[in-house]
Amino acid sequence: MVRQAAVERSDEVAGPESWGRYPRVAQEALPLAWVDDPLPSGVPVLPYGMGRSYGDSCLNADGPVLLTRRLRRFISFDADTGVLRAEAGTSLGEVTELVLGRGWMPPVLPGTQFVTLGGAVANDIHGKNHHRSGAFGRHVRALGLRRSDGSLATLHPGDPLFAATVAGLGLTGLIIWVEIQLERVPSGWVESQGIRFASLEEVEALDDASRDTHAHTVAWLDGLARGRALGRGVYFRGNPAEGAAPPPRRPSARNFPFEAPEFLLSPFLLRTFNALYDHLPRWKSRTSVWKFFHPLDALGRWNRLYGRRGFFQHQSVLPDMEGVRALLALTSTRGQAAFLTVLKRFGSLRSPGMLSFPRPGWTLAIDVPNRGEETLAYLDEMDAVVRTYGGAMYPAKDARMSADTFRLGYPRVDEFATFIDPAFRSRFWSRVMG
Amino acid sequence: MSEAQRVLVLGATSGIAQAVARVYAASGARLALVARSREHLSAVAADLAVRGAEVVLQRAADLCEIDRQRAVIAEAERALGGFDVVLVAHGVLPDQRACQEDPRRAIASWDVNFASAATLMEAAAERMVVAEDGVLGVLSSVAGDRGRADNYVYGAAKAALTTYASGLGQRLRGTGVTVVIIKPGPVDTPMMAGRKLPARLVADVDVVGRRIHRALERGERMLYVPGKWRWIMAVIRALPIRIFERMRF
Repeated sequence: MVRQAAVERSDEVAGPESWGRYPRVAQEALPLAWVDDPLPSGVPVLPYGMGRSYGDSCLNADGPVLLTRRLRRFISFDADTGVLRAEAGTSLGEVTELVLGRGWMPPVLPGTQFVTLGGAVANDIHGKNHHRSGAFGRHVRALGLRRSDGSLATLHPGDPLFAATVAGLGLTGLIIWVEIQLERVPSGWVESQGIRFASLEEVEALDDASRDTHAHTVAWLDGLARGRALGRGVYFRGNPAEGAAPPPRRPSARNFPFEAPEFLLSPFLLRTFNALYDHLPRWKSRTSVWKFFHPLDALGRWNRLYGRRGFFQHQSVLPDMEGVRALLALTSTRGQAAFLTVLKRFGSLRSPGMLSFPRPGWTLAIDVPNRGEETLAYLDEMDAVVRTYGGAMYPAKDARMSADTFRLGYPRVDEFATFIDPAFRSRFWSRVMG
Repeated sequence: MSEAQRVLVLGATSGIAQAVARVYAASGARLALVARSREHLSAVAADLAVRGAEVVLQRAADLCEIDRQRAVIAEAERALGGFDVVLVAHGVLPDQRACQEDPRRAIASWDVNFASAATLMEAAAERMVVAEDGVLGVLSSVAGDRGRADNYVYGAAKAALTTYASGLGQRLRGTGVTVVIIKPGPVDTPMMAGRKLPARLVADVDVVGRRIHRALERGERMLYVPGKWRWIMAVIRALPIRIFERMRF
């Protein structure tokens, strides 16, 4: 309304950005209001949901991104069977809010509720229950896909185009709706436990003991630990809580208001972690699903804590603990990692997408503030370790892996490429395949 | 437990109307929905039904067809069994420049934003007065508070609509019918898409929807939403015209 103020702040880059805010580029955007809105022609496009992909898989260098967030109407929900269909821009948080009071939950929840259904499919996301329920794509019953040739297809598990679209990074067309099978829950609460561990051996043993007894498991590692402390952390596990307690209200997040210099961040978080670690060796509590599944949402836009240069997240999956140990050893000698390091063991349930990331083994996610060239060199060394141990990197988190690293982790790349819609393109894809 | 609210939404596919209707849906309201596009209307109706509404009528109609307005209102009244709330929410944001150059475009936008909205209010009021009850809400805009170079074609229609609604509200005093004039600032809706505005000036549509719902339920006569626009527009209105003309906003 007030044109004076319409001038962008000088430190702002125009348009949508990725969560890691690297690369920092101006991004053209086109909002969609209805699933049948015309798509631009003659220029490559890419769907963009809530911008929680960390790297460049949600950015398009050669044309606009299609903002899908307004495509967020529910289409149907059967409270008896738990089958829900909604437009692809609907967020998992919105789904949870709708169904929790009626005894259902999304079958897979990642660390943030701010993920669209379309994004959940396109990245075949995973959660703390992967060892039980597998990746998100396993729970998709059908989806609607618009292609640039004007076609509109309803895809089901078993269709080759379905297998390409799940974990297809938005490149096979515009997902306009998704139908999922929800999971029954007795309440909106989780009986959760936190248990500290001093080493990777301990966490492995904890996970061996927990994976048959607990629906949800994940470990936070002290990413700044050195020497004997290396591999220490806190193991979280939980089960749906029985009882007729009323469902918890969806919390409203406070957004982090400005870009913090990073030197403020690490000491603060380190102290927090140490306090937790030293004084709470083991605790039990009844936690709301919002808090249990989405701890990172307590502070909205926390990515700004990493300042203007942004950050990387290095998320890999490794067949066994040896690879994890090697990655952590490298991290501790380079002093590049930030506080938060997350470790989770995937189960053996097969992911349905040609490019799905989840596979049996341990996934390790390390936040790394961007300090320029030395950071990029360190991340390349990390990739080399991942390749050596036969692992793979997660495209949704990546802004810089090499074509080789990508190909080694995803043997079905060439098969997938035949399903790409010619009018769809991402920075990620041009980078790893270009 | 009170009976389900009976709500008619005219222009039900507008971004703000959808947000208000979502709040009513969550409380189990009975809804009658009118909008131009049949496809979009059915998408909105399905969404509201999933959220808990009982959608008793979906009518695809061009509300600018003045001769059909009374029939549409009557049909909704029958379907709902009366009105607790009628929300007049249809509107367009016309291209200011194009309207300056082509008077037909300007007049077409006034038909949507002023003429059809005013006659619809009148038609709805006629029925509500008979029932001696109900809240008649109308979506005007802060743009109607003072004509600005950027959007005075739109602003003029909203100014007229505000004036009309204010007169209607005064006329209806004592009848049991309350007129609620709603003046949103910029809201993150498809209508605002393409307008270059800083994010902090653009309000979240769900926040706006909840606030409008509350105003309708309380029968607030005049709502600026978000509330800061009441003060911003008071200052802008108070500026002497020579100073106002020189300002670049």
